[in-house]
Amino acid sequence: MLLVVEQILNGLQFGLLLFLLAAGLTLVFGIMDFVNLAHGSLYMMGAYFAATFVAWTGSFVLGAVLALAATLLLGIVLEFTALRHLYGRDHLDHVLATFGLILFFNEAVRLIWGPAGLALPLPPWLSVPVQIIPGIHYPAYRLAIIVVALAVALLLYLGVMRTRIGMLIRAGASNREMIGALGINIKLLYTLVFGLGAALAGLAGLMQAPILTVQIGMGENILILAFVVIVIGGIGSIRGAFVAAILVGLIDTLGRAFLPNLLRQILSSAAASTAAPALSSMLIYLLMAMVLVARPEGLFPATRR
Amino acid sequence: MKAPFSLRNIVTALVVAGLVLLPLYSSLSGNVFVLTLFTRIIILALAAASLNLMMGYGGMMSFGHAAYLGIGGYAVGMLAQEGIGSGFVQFPVALAASALYALVIGALSLRTRGVYFIMITLAFAQMAYYVASGLARYGGDDGLTVYKRSDFAGLINLSNRVQFYYLCLACLLGVIFLIWRIVNSRFGLVVQGLRSNEQRMQAIGFPAKRYQLVCFVIAGTMCGLAGALLANNTDFISPAVMYWTRSGDLMVMVILGGMGTLFGPVIGAVAYLVLEEMLSRVTEYWAMIMGPLLLLIVLFGRGGIMGLLGRFERG
Repeated sequence: MLLVVEQILNGLQFGLLLFLLAAGLTLVFGIMDFVNLAHGSLYMMGAYFAATFVAWTGSFVLGAVLALAATLLLGIVLEFTALRHLYGRDHLDHVLATFGLILFFNEAVRLIWGPAGLALPLPPWLSVPVQIIPGIHYPAYRLAIIVVALAVALLLYLGVMRTRIGMLIRAGASNREMIGALGINIKLLYTLVFGLGAALAGLAGLMQAPILTVQIGMGENILILAFVVIVIGGIGSIRGAFVAAILVGLIDTLGRAFLPNLLRQILSSAAASTAAPALSSMLIYLLMAMVLVARPEGLFPATRR
Repeated sequence: MKAPFSLRNIVTALVVAGLVLLPLYSSLSGNVFVLTLFTRIIILALAAASLNLMMGYGGMMSFGHAAYLGIGGYAVGMLAQEGIGSGFVQFPVALAASALYALVIGALSLRTRGVYFIMITLAFAQMAYYVASGLARYGGDDGLTVYKRSDFAGLINLSNRVQFYYLCLACLLGVIFLIWRIVNSRFGLVVQGLRSNEQRMQAIGFPAKRYQLVCFVIAGTMCGLAGALLANNTDFISPAVMYWTRSGDLMVMVILGGMGTLFGPVIGAVAYLVLEEMLSRVTEYWAMIMGPLLLLIVLFGRGGIMGLLGRFERG
């Protein structure tokens, strides 16, 4: 029971983290029609910035805020110098160009921070377990991730649905020529959206950093997961991304935790212990394949297309 | 393609002639490394050519093409491990396994289109990657060493560098010949028609998905051949050959060379891998240069090297 609750919370936490990453990806895709493979690199940069700034300032919160600002800035610079020239091109061009960016960022990180990973130590007030319900303790930091991510998700929802900029973003997603014709500075809007996506990726990276080591290539694995999330959810749909992210987070975490035991009931223990890791890694891809076969546009297809 | 002596054709002929004469240079200069390097390049060019059939002519953007490299390679490696060393068994099994995999995932993936297609092919390749990582009997994550190369009963000796090189080159040229015949056949024209406008083709009575699926399977099978050769070349096969960045590499080769041109992928593979080799000699951080270079190629060099040559000539 204890383990189940803990694993569900872990799954939720992972899912919310994936949502932060997927939200930026799906916004950029939904509005600019741009496939950004380098999104994972921004996640990585967020983690590296956080590790560096926390070490510099000696304060976890201050370091995190600085890292967030740095990732935002990086995203805007990237959009301004290179990526904006690619809007309206073929998706394949996007894939190729941002693939090049991944290579660049990985090497740049290796050059600046060296090939060994960094660690981002937690401050003492975040590294204690908290009693959530009587008898069940859960690490405060993971709880903090859940709270922050939920708050960001809520803010994002309110921002997109209730503010003027959010309205423009939605308008841009449904008809970009029209809102340009209505006198909205569409280029600025695009830069803003890209920066927002970058900041969300950076936030995910810096929050994940204390749990995992900060290392080169950390963006690639999670990028694929984020893509799985937005494809399951329906590309361009934030609501879809949210539902799919939680789904993927829970299935992945619970699969890894409980599948080995489950398989042991059916198979011999030797066969189970070889099959379980591969099978649990495959689960979410299986889910994605099944969703796409049943609903080729994802669970919540964006209304435009 | 109209004039026989267009710049494109001249460059293509030079590259092919260079590949044919390379072992001569290698044995004269005693530079064995260049032969090893180019064997790898030719094998990956074969994989890129098969991807080009699907991507350039068929308009199906597969981001999971490296899976076939792994499947072909594992077919050879696993059979060798089980004591079946004959190439007459290994190669057909590698091709059949790739074809079967392509048939299944093609049938599922072709239900989607656009970015969804890119992503679902990627997802299947990642699944194949994890399956291979889970094969404890065949090395799992660490990969599988192939102790003995495929045995062709004395017909050709794969352990002989030059013979193996020419085998790979013959496979590459054979596959390109096949692609040429396919592209100019009725079937190939239908597939290219589907790339341009699927709805119209369907309206005039062609079963779109069936044609695309056959094209998908042919491309996958060809890439399986590359995988079988690759396992023989490195004497080793590991899940890493199926990792998604490898699929990305193959895509880059095709686009760099020129999508939808017969020899584009070959030139792309040569350019990409030679550049990688050269840059990695200059600096350990070669990808720092390679990455932005790719970006520049996308931004300014539409149509890849082949497109560039064509434009250069037209002025």
